[in-house]
Formats: sequence, C-alpha cells, structure tokens
Amino acid sequence: MSVRQALLALLEQGPMYGYQLRAEFERRTGSTWPLNVGQVYTTLARLERDGLVEGTGTDDEGHVIYRVTEAGEDEVAAWFTTPVSRSHPPRDELAIKLALAVTVPGVDVGAVIQGQRTATMAALQDYTRLKRTGRAALPGAATDPADLAWSLVLDSLVFAAEAEIRWLDHCEARLRRVAATRDDVRRPGEAPAAENATDKAARR
Amino acid sequence: MSAILELADVTRIHGSGATEVRALRAVHFHAHAGELVAVMGPSGSGKSTLLTLAGGLDQPTHGAVRVEGVDLASLGYKGRARMRRTSIGYVFQDFNLIPALTAAENVALPRELDGARAGVARRAALQALEEVGIGELADRFPDEMSGGQQQRVAIARAVVGERRLILADEPTGALDTDTGEEILRLLRARCDAGAAGVLVTHEARHAAWADRVVFLRDGVVVDESGTDPAESLLESDAAR
Repeated sequence: MSVRQALLALLEQGPMYGYQLRAEFERRTGSTWPLNVGQVYTTLARLERDGLVEGTGTDDEGHVIYRVTEAGEDEVAAWFTTPVSRSHPPRDELAIKLALAVTVPGVDVGAVIQGQRTATMAALQDYTRLKRTGRAALPGAATDPADLAWSLVLDSLVFAAEAEIRWLDHCEARLRRVAATRDDVRRPGEAPAAENATDKAARR
Repeated sequence: MSAILELADVTRIHGSGATEVRALRAVHFHAHAGELVAVMGPSGSGKSTLLTLAGGLDQPTHGAVRVEGVDLASLGYKGRARMRRTSIGYVFQDFNLIPALTAAENVALPRELDGARAGVARRAALQALEEVGIGELADRFPDEMSGGQQQRVAIARAVVGERRLILADEPTGALDTDTGEEILRLLRARCDAGAAGVLVTHEARHAAWADRVVFLRDGVVVDESGTDPAESLLESDAAR
C-alpha cells in the first residue's frame, strides 16, 4: 500500500499536518494520483495506531502535527530497499479485454485495438503537451527536486502509454498473420499476395 | 486560412496486373499553417509514399496534391523543382548533408540553386542556423559535428528562405532519446512559428509531439487522434 509508505517518507523531511502532506505528495506526482484529505487523515490514524507516527500537538490554527517514529523510519528504509513486487502483476483491464475479444465470437478485434490505440495516443499527446509546456518544462525544473520528481512521473506515464501502443501494434500484426495463415489453409493453391486486407476484413 | 499541404482523394498505384501495389488509396490529408501532423503506420502502410507525393518527388495515379493551393501536377517538371526549392523543406533520418560543404554552405545551397546571390544566401543560412541554436558551428563540416548537430543543420536547410512546408521522414531515427527530443522540440517550434509540418515516424512517443496523429494501414487512413487547429474549424464552418 503505497500511500502509507509515501506519507511516512514525506514525514522523514520533518513534522507536517494532513493538508501539508497532501500538498507535498501532489507537488511530486502532479495530480496523477489525487489524494483526498480524508484518505490522508485515515492513513495517519492507522499509522499512529501502528506506532509508526505520533501526534506532536497542534499549531496555532489547530492542525494536528505528525512526526515519524523510529519504527516508522525503519519501515521507510525497508520500503526503499525492497523492490516493488512483480510476482502478482496488477490486473490489466486492456489485456483481459483483448484476451476475451479474440475468444468471444462476434467481436471486431481490429476495432477494439484501433479504438484503444487512438485513445492511448490522445493520452500520450496530452502527456507530451504537459512535458513541453507545463511545470516540468520550466527552467527551474532542473533544480527543484519536486519538479524533477513530477517530470519523472510524467516520463513514466509516457513510457507506459508508448509500451501499450507498441503492444497493440504487435497484437494487430499477429492477428493479421494468423488470419492470413487461416486463409492459406482454407484455400490452398491461391496466392495470398494477390489479396488485400480489405478483402480479408470483409470475409471475417 | 487554407491548408499549406492538401492531398485530395489521392491514390498511388505502383506496377500493374499481378504485381500491382496500391501504396495509397483514396487518401485525404491536410496540414495547415502552424500545425504539426504525424503519420504513423507499419512498414508498407504508405507513409513514405505519402511524403514523397507531398514533396512533389512522385505523382499520384489519381487525385491531386496541392502545396499552398497549387496543384503540383499543373506545374510541370521545372515548376515542381522550383516549388521544392522554395516552398518545401525536407528532413531525413540520415541528415543527407553534403560532406564537402560546411554547415552554412549546406544551408545556403537551396537558396543559391534558386538564384540568390552568394552573400544573400549566406546571410539567410547564418540566420537559419542561429534559429536552430547552432550559429557558432556555421563553418564546421558535417563530420566535425554530432548527429544531433547535423540534424539541426538539416532543419535549418529545410526552413531557410521562408519555406512553409516541412516534411520530416523519421528525423530522430539515428539519434539518442534526448537528442531526438531536442529535434522534435525544434520542429514543433518551427510549426508554432507558422510552418506546416508532416512527421513520418513509427515511434508513438515522437508522434505525440504532433497536433494530430494519422494512422495509415495498407494505404488507407484508418484513424486519427488529436484535433484540428482552431482556424481549420472556423474554415470548415464557413464552408458549410
């Protein structure tokens, strides 16, 4: 559960209250994974219950200030030194959708792939626009660690979208190859080169 | 505002009979001033054919290719050659600089071929090199420059002399990620300054720098993502 560890890691910088924690989190990650302040306070309450943070009283405006305990510091250190688990890949709706699309009769898999590729490309264009015009593109981005962090998060989204498009291209190419082989088997003797994809699509 | 480049119902067939290849089929495509359009698609989808036709290096079997409103077919060989020197700039994957000429001489060449006096052409070249951020490398030869610097020279050559259509064929293909991004930033800036750009690439990450991304498959436009610039929306409203 990364919100928990992220908040603990932020508190290593110094004691803070809930709103400050949320602001610091979003400064580093943009609003990619928005945190609501309720979630922040619930998480803080659990961390306090588990002895990883403790309240240190309130400021003038009545905000409860939290600081990390020794056990909390150990937990942060363990988080940073343990790789994120890859043993259970997160559920991927697109991969599941495509796995079903190729097996369930009557689904136009080509249209599924094309529709997704257009949508992912549009997202990739948005990320790129943010990269070239947003905070990450400002001259200060090289020196402010929070801006650098956000720019790296943006790069992560860019690479993920790019990988998804490459995978969709790959799926499409393989499906077309399979369709071509089936046609060869069905009609031996006919040269596959003489036909074109429109004919194939029409037959499908 | 009209399209700088327009392909209207363009079909290009290579060969005939059993070996006939339809490289493009009834393609409509346009790029407006200030717009960068990316063309994506697998090998053999017709990307390069589209670019070759747009540059007047080949002619469609059916349909028309118009650059700044002029049908390239109506120009004849000489007219097209002139159009290529004055209105259209190319950027290639392997830079295509002439090794025996300095950066400034490479950039000045199209202007000189067009009849500009040597001094005038050189001044225009220096300004173009300045604009792509390598004014200080004007007197270097290509083999004294990095790949990224050579591609900057190629972009300067593509835009020198007020040319408003830039055709780029995998311009980042031979460059590392950061340098490739610099080149895209530069192309993007030229388009933001009023040129129309067409970027052929198979890399989604690079295509994402464009305003619109057109997907080609077997010579047909199968999909488009992104939006037309505001001007072209107004234009289609007016046409209705």
